[in-house]
Formats: sequence, C-alpha cells, structure tokens
Amino acid sequence: MSQVQSHDSESSARGDHAARLYHQPWPSDWWLRRASFTLFMIREITAVFVGGYAIFLLVLLFLPAGAFQAAVQGPVSAFMHVIVLVMALYHTVTWLNLTPKVLVVWRGEERVNPILLTAAHYVGWIVLSLVIVGLVVFLAGGGA
Amino acid sequence: MADENAILEVFRYQPDQKSEPTFQRYEVPFHEEWVVLDALNYIKDHLDGTLSYRWSCRMGICGSCGMMVNGDPKLTCSVFLRDYHPQVMRVEPLRGFPVIRDLVIDLDDFMNKMTEVKAWMIPKEERSIEQGEYLQSPAQLARYRQYSTCINCTLCYAACPVYGRHTEFVGPAAIALAQRYNMDSRDGGYEERAETLFDEHGVWMCTFVGDCSRVCPKNVDPAAAIQQAKVSATKDFYRSLVPWGKRRTET
Repeated sequence: MSQVQSHDSESSARGDHAARLYHQPWPSDWWLRRASFTLFMIREITAVFVGGYAIFLLVLLFLPAGAFQAAVQGPVSAFMHVIVLVMALYHTVTWLNLTPKVLVVWRGEERVNPILLTAAHYVGWIVLSLVIVGLVVFLAGGGA
Repeated sequence: MADENAILEVFRYQPDQKSEPTFQRYEVPFHEEWVVLDALNYIKDHLDGTLSYRWSCRMGICGSCGMMVNGDPKLTCSVFLRDYHPQVMRVEPLRGFPVIRDLVIDLDDFMNKMTEVKAWMIPKEERSIEQGEYLQSPAQLARYRQYSTCINCTLCYAACPVYGRHTEFVGPAAIALAQRYNMDSRDGGYEERAETLFDEHGVWMCTFVGDCSRVCPKNVDPAAAIQQAKVSATKDFYRSLVPWGKRRTET
C-alpha cells in the first residue's frame, strides 16, 4: 500500500513539474534570423530548380521537333536557363564544400586533408563538365 | 576597480510568481577579464539572489553553463563581456528546451535520448580481468577521437532548427556519441543502436543545416557524425539487397 502511495505521489510530482515548465516557442521566421540559416534555406530551394530542370529535360525528349525548338529558343527560355544555371552552380558548390563532412579518408593515423578531397571533387566536376560540353558541341556539329 | 558598467538583460521565469517569462535588466561592473558567467555570479551574489542558473567548473569542461547570449548558444564561462560590451547582453536559457526556472532548462528529453541510442560501450567480446584490457591501436583511436570529446553541453540542440521544431529528433550530440561508439574498434553495439539511429526520428531527420558544428565548443562536429551515420545506414541497405551482403559493425 505504501508503495502505491509512493508511486502516486511521484507521478503527481512529475505532473506538477511538467505543468510548470515553460516551453519556448520556436519562431516561424527562424531561417531569417541568422545568415547561415538563410544560406541553408537557399541551398535547399536550389534543389527545386535542379530537380525541375531535370524534369524539363525529360519532357523535351518526348516533344515533337517544332515544340522542342519553341521550348529551348527565345528570351523566356534564355532567362530560365540563366536562372537555373545560377541555382545549379550554387547547389553544386555548397554541396561540394560539404563533401569532407561525409567522406573521411584515412592514411594510417592521419586523416587526409579535407581541402584535398574537396579540390579533387572540383577537378572531377570541371573535367566532367568539359567532356559533356565537348560532346554536345561535337553532336551539334553533326558528329563530324 | 571597474570604471564602467556592463548591462545584461536576463530571462526570468518564476512559475511560482508568474506564468509568463520576463526580462530583467542588471548593471554589473565591467572587467576586461570577466566572462558572462562572472557577471551572472555577481548578480547572484550582490544584486539578486533569486536568479537561478547552472554552472560548475568555469573552464569549459562540465558543459553545464550553456545559455543563449544575444541569440547564440554559448558556454557562459567561455565568452567574455568584452566580446559584447558596450552592447547590451541578452542572456536566455538554451533554445528548444523547456525552462524549469530562469536560465535552468529541463534536460530529461536529452538524457532519455542518450539512453535510447545506448551512448556507452557495448563490448564486442566480453573479457575477464585475467584476459587483460581491451587493446586498441592509435589508428583505431584516431577514427572516433573527435566525437569522444563531447561534454553534453547541449549547445548543438539549441542551434538545431530541426530539434527546435521537432523535439522527437534524436539530435546532434546523442547521434555523435552513438557514432563515436559505433566507430570504436572495441564496440559491438552497432546493431543495437541502429534501431534508434536509423528510424524516422534518427539521422534521416537531419537536413544538414550544420549549425550544431559551428556552435560546438569542443569541435566535435556532430553534423559530420550524422552524415557519416547516414552513409553507414545506406551501405547497410545496399548490402541487404545482395545475398552475400551482411551488415558490418563500423571499424
């Protein structure tokens, strides 16, 4: 019986404690209150543009030739491509800079310098981009 | 002898008197060598004995004096008045946690999470005293050493917007410590921790804001620990797809 009473009084004390706690509100504009938060949100939003452009490219594949030309030419298309390019560059740079947080390489007891890892990714990115540009230019020229 | 005063606006919450918090302004002598905790101790000793806050070691080891100073999570024993003066210093309890009184937060949720992730050594093999100690090479130690320096100050939780909006998230320090043990060559508890670490409230809730690592006073880099735990979970998933694959304990 005494155990039951003890349990009840403990529960009651916990209830009182919980009731007296003040829960601090988390502001809905938290991402505007610190530059690093705002930059994080921009990084996340750029994913929408990158993903959206990937869908746009897939749609292009299924368009007839006339519609394809209309979709990729003109000032509206040029403006859209510039915006998407800026977003894609920001997205790529921010994620490449974060690579050493995810990828840790060890040489014995020494960790390989994170800057080297990031630099290697930048080199890979530039080389791949040049290869793709070269391929596109080659195909646009009729493959000759 | 101080010639001028520093001004602090301190969060006050006294549930026995008021149901809502207020801010109280105090003027304390400005000394170049004083940290914010010195100013709080001055208030407690000379101006207002009712002010409640936690502190212990005064040298960035115990992790108990974490508070928001002008909106940023800080160990108050490690930030100087001169870093803010003559600006008014606003001192608040760590964000994201329930407040018991004034600057004292309720740590029950954090302590429960440390238990849930089993943030302790689960030996890979039991050894008797006669068998001797669990040996480890310097290279094996180097793998997890950074994550072992966490002092449980919870500044990373106060910096984390994910935890701020969804307190069910296991959170940076608990995951970093779980990862610390997962990466320890002597530990065999990876499977036991996986259920909590990799469930819907575990590592996948982290959106990699990265502010936990910025505010960490010990450079633990919990954001990196969380992303590396995600890599472990992903490897496990792909291993589970092939007949010869099996989950491996991190080494």
